[in-house]
Amino acid sequence: MTELTLVEAVNRALAHELERDDAVLLLGEDIGVNGGVFRATLGLQQRFGCERVIDAPLAEAAIAGAAIGMAAMGLKPIVEIQFSGFLYPAMDQLINHASRLRHRTRGRLSCPMVLRAPNGAGIHAPEHHSESPEAMLAHVPGLRVVIPSSPSRAYGLLLAAIRDPDPVVFLEPTRLYRLFKQEVAEDGEALPLDTCFISREGRDATLVAWGGMLHEALAAADRLAEEGIDCEVIDVATLKPLDGETILRSVEKTGRCVIVQEAARTAGFGAEIAALLAERALYFLLAPVKRVTGYDVVIPLARLENQYLPSVDRIAAAVRETMEASS
Amino acid sequence: MVADVSIPIDPIRFLAPDGELCATAPAREIAAELALTLYRAMARTRAYDGKAVALQRTGKLGTFASALGQEAIGVGVGAAMRKEDVLAPSYRDHAAQLLRGISMVENLVYWGGDERGSDFAVPRADFPICVPVGTQIAHATGAAYAFALRRETRVAVTIIGDGGTSTGDFYSALNMAGVWRVPLVVVVNNNQWAISTPCSRETAAQTLAHKAVAAGVDGVRVDGNDAIAMHHVAARALDKARGGGGPTLIEALSYRLGDHTTADDATRYRDPDVVRREATREPLSRLRSHLTKRGLWNEDAEAKLMRDNAEEVERAVEAYLATPPQSFSAMFDHLFAQLPANMRDQYEEARRFAPNGARHG
Repeated sequence: MTELTLVEAVNRALAHELERDDAVLLLGEDIGVNGGVFRATLGLQQRFGCERVIDAPLAEAAIAGAAIGMAAMGLKPIVEIQFSGFLYPAMDQLINHASRLRHRTRGRLSCPMVLRAPNGAGIHAPEHHSESPEAMLAHVPGLRVVIPSSPSRAYGLLLAAIRDPDPVVFLEPTRLYRLFKQEVAEDGEALPLDTCFISREGRDATLVAWGGMLHEALAAADRLAEEGIDCEVIDVATLKPLDGETILRSVEKTGRCVIVQEAARTAGFGAEIAALLAERALYFLLAPVKRVTGYDVVIPLARLENQYLPSVDRIAAAVRETMEASS
Repeated sequence: MVADVSIPIDPIRFLAPDGELCATAPAREIAAELALTLYRAMARTRAYDGKAVALQRTGKLGTFASALGQEAIGVGVGAAMRKEDVLAPSYRDHAAQLLRGISMVENLVYWGGDERGSDFAVPRADFPICVPVGTQIAHATGAAYAFALRRETRVAVTIIGDGGTSTGDFYSALNMAGVWRVPLVVVVNNNQWAISTPCSRETAAQTLAHKAVAAGVDGVRVDGNDAIAMHHVAARALDKARGGGGPTLIEALSYRLGDHTTADDATRYRDPDVVRREATREPLSRLRSHLTKRGLWNEDAEAKLMRDNAEEVERAVEAYLATPPQSFSAMFDHLFAQLPANMRDQYEEARRFAPNGARHG
């Protein structure tokens, strides 16, 4: 076991798969000599050569499109988009091609690619560097959307994403890249995709979160525990396809649910979870489902970003309101 | 290495519109066997194309994009490619696709609204028809990279239209291909029209071939209505790519004699006199005149070819019309390698409301 940060865990997973499978290659901007702007690919070009760790021209759409062509011809490309705010030019390729190549050809061709991007706010970054576009991606049939919340989940889920036979968008919470270290087995064992993880067990209320927000949810659960409120915390991990059963089982037990999402509220992924609960958990609910989210505003620059992001205070307050509504 | 930036404006042409052969015509293409192959393939494409439009007009086919007048481009390219090469076509490239072995039935099934038409029996690695204009250049670039990485002597070929050269994907993928020096051939079917927008409203560049210069890629202009020149230029670009010489951008000049698709009415925006004039330059009569002058073709051969083509097309139409419908489950079966567990209820809902007799799967 090694103590790794999340970004180091990403690096180890990439190295493991480059070593294991000749078909795996990386392409993206500044990922070679420079090791990526967050150093996720540090040392990989030196180790695996510039044919397999490619410094691509600055063109996200062409990078994604070229990866589709590589994947269709039997390679397993892993694209790095420098920040999720810069993946919008690649959306055309993801939506019109990557997600549907297998379907369109009735399985004759497929697109086993991974598109990684640092995601979310909280590092006082410049404009356009703090986006959370996961709901837009989760809306696309044929795409998997995965967001890890810790070094060990980043390692295991990224291995699974690379080995998956279909396209996966893998959004890495920028704020967690170096926030803390964790023991990671580095045994090449993948974690399951399409599965939510229960990060903390509890009886009174279910907190559902993903990526960076999982830590706010866990911190809120700690604080509420001091007040005698026992929260279960679910790490969604794979947003699409969603493991609704794990969330439903938890809410059937607790009767209360607060969904925490960093992205803006309207049509965010939290709305999908709330809809799932409305359809399938209504009769178990003791209180209305609540969402704690970013506001429907442009993500602010550094000075205001902490007032935008769901905080421990906001999450704890929402849980208390939920408790009061049903007492 | 820097590509040659002095791209001649005059397109390469060996056959004049009246079928007169230029003295510098290359031996490979004017050899009787290849010249006849090109002619037969163009005639086969046109027979199919006309029938597909007729089927749409009678409600038996969905929207279809005719290649009328542009057959030499796809035929020249398709005949120059090897089986193991890969084509990333646009929606107007059945001339090349038919030569590569994709069947008329498959093409009809596709335009008839059934994805099975893109599950080609051969060639298995060719990309399906690309509708979002220009996006397939990046796929061909990536495919070419895969070939080079594995040291395979295969070439990726893509065909786009003149409008496609206005897209960001065109510029960025061609730029990328230039940097990577991949075995790629990009063919631009400059049929002068992007639906209703003439080429003069698409670009201020002197020619589309000149767009290669900024990408550090070789560019060449060719008369796309001259099958001899088209095959020659395509074969040369393929040979160069196969030998490690990098990508080529080919601007093939032609004219879209038909509508953009069957959903379009080009009389709204085109001068019929211009269309009539352009029709005199079309590729089939040009090559036929040449072959006739050389004694390689006559009215009997023409009549037999027309008959054979009509029969083949009829058989394809019958097979298309007799294709059994897909089960509801086809919507779900190939979305992922394995249907995610959370989609099971949607699958069951579709099964429940599927027409009687379509609930298997």
